[in-house]
Amino acid sequence: MKQTRSKNIGITIYIVLLLTPIYWLLNMSFKTNQEILSGLTLWPENFTFANYATIFTDPSWYNGYLNSMLYVSINVVITLLVALPAAYAFSRYKFVGDKHLFFWLLSNRMAPPAVFLLPFFQLYSSIGLFDTHIAVALAHCLFNVPLAVWILEGFMSGVPREYDEMAYIDGYSFPKFFVKIFLPMIRSGIGVTAFFAFMFSWVELLLARTLTSVDAQPIAAIMTRTVGASGIDWGVLAAAGVLTIIPGILVIWFVRNHVATGFALGRV
Amino acid sequence: MVKIPNNRAWWLVLPVFLLVAFSALVPLMTVVNYSVQDIFGPGQAYYVGTEWFKEVLTNERLQDSLMRQFLFSGAVLMIQIPLGIGIALMMPKSGMKASLVLILLAIPLLIPWNVVGTIWQIFGRGDIGLFGWALNSMGFDYNYTGDTVDAWFTVLLMDVWHWTPLVALLCYSGLRAIPEAFYQAAEIDRASKWAVFRYIQLPRLKNVLIIAVLLRFMDSFMIYTEPFVLTGGGPGSSTTFLSQTLTTMAIGQFDLGRAAAFSLIYFLIVLLISWLFFTAITHADKEK
Repeated sequence: MKQTRSKNIGITIYIVLLLTPIYWLLNMSFKTNQEILSGLTLWPENFTFANYATIFTDPSWYNGYLNSMLYVSINVVITLLVALPAAYAFSRYKFVGDKHLFFWLLSNRMAPPAVFLLPFFQLYSSIGLFDTHIAVALAHCLFNVPLAVWILEGFMSGVPREYDEMAYIDGYSFPKFFVKIFLPMIRSGIGVTAFFAFMFSWVELLLARTLTSVDAQPIAAIMTRTVGASGIDWGVLAAAGVLTIIPGILVIWFVRNHVATGFALGRV
Repeated sequence: MVKIPNNRAWWLVLPVFLLVAFSALVPLMTVVNYSVQDIFGPGQAYYVGTEWFKEVLTNERLQDSLMRQFLFSGAVLMIQIPLGIGIALMMPKSGMKASLVLILLAIPLLIPWNVVGTIWQIFGRGDIGLFGWALNSMGFDYNYTGDTVDAWFTVLLMDVWHWTPLVALLCYSGLRAIPEAFYQAAEIDRASKWAVFRYIQLPRLKNVLIIAVLLRFMDSFMIYTEPFVLTGGGPGSSTTFLSQTLTTMAIGQFDLGRAAAFSLIYFLIVLLISWLFFTAITHADKEK
């Protein structure tokens, strides 16, 4: 088939273009600074792991990764815990102010983080949460919770109410029904929601950087340190960049089968 | 689905309500409070009413950055939506190849935003970056830190690289939801490729596209980290967008009153445009 072939060529070209900047970063991360600055080489001549070694042996570097992982995980857990019951309520019941509440929730997804920067800083400082993982996790809930409610509501509306009623007749209490029967039915929805919560929390920097100084500093903020007195340490910067891409690839690998269906069923 | 009226459902929504109220309403009240005061220091604040709002609306620096913001968001939508549809149409339909393409496509979405900036900062440099070097050796005088047009070109290219995959993924899932029978019917009618696209695929993509436009508009309107890392807003202030202007004002100059008034106007603009989209979505839902 001629058509399929031209399509394949098209998508291959796009993917190659998409990966070129990442290839360049990877290429640089295995070079010495001397080689980087002395001229362009498409493949590292003196292949070195020194840049990675710098990151893995220095606590102030690898702690950044641990901090990021920690607040992202806390955020994903909180997001799912509060969003699941709320999405159920929105998908099943009519109650006073439901539509207004839904739009108000979504409007927080629309709020530019820059708007909340200063008040957040003061709020978390005043309650003693400044520079803690929980502060960043809570701040990220601002945009992740509305998105999660939105996605999950789409999935839950796809489950007929007969299931709820049947379980009720069979003598299941609501919590037991919710955990044992309902949640397994929307597995892929939960997967997709967790993926998006992870993604938006992992890539955000503005709030994460403002709310932390030392103890909970995310890796993205630590990366700015490579600008030293002797100029920028390009090799280490590239290596740190490569390492931030890896968790994302792992997560997308786990949810790869759910994403396509998830996008279609839910309303991401 | 018919929804049962039940006000006890509020108990299920309460955790979300409290959490979001804590992290949204309290800060918002703070912003409103600042926006009507002139603050010199702790305990030294004077009520000034709507002075800051008048100030901000007539401030040329802010108007310029607002114009740049609209230009940028407009350009982003114009490029990414058609490109995303095109890519979705080219993607393989199933099997191992489809999963592989899906994963590779999603990679840019999962890179922290400042790393995206860093990648392009390196990639575009004439001395150590492949892209900048290639352009220079082809005879273009390309320098994104010195030339306004080049800076805009690079920021746009970076955003297209970064976010087109999201549009493509959304459209791809929309295309997958079209039943095979539709295509078979089209084949029997000997419909042309264009007719299939125009009368079968495009109408079916409508809802997905509304969501794509909404997400891309909101996020491009709030863009901060990537251009900040890449160009620092320069050269001059040619790539300084709204969020960066606001951040400089609030954190850099600690100009609380003006920044707060600016924040509120900024938020209202996003809210207004998003509300229009939201009405469009619910309207589309009703028609289904």
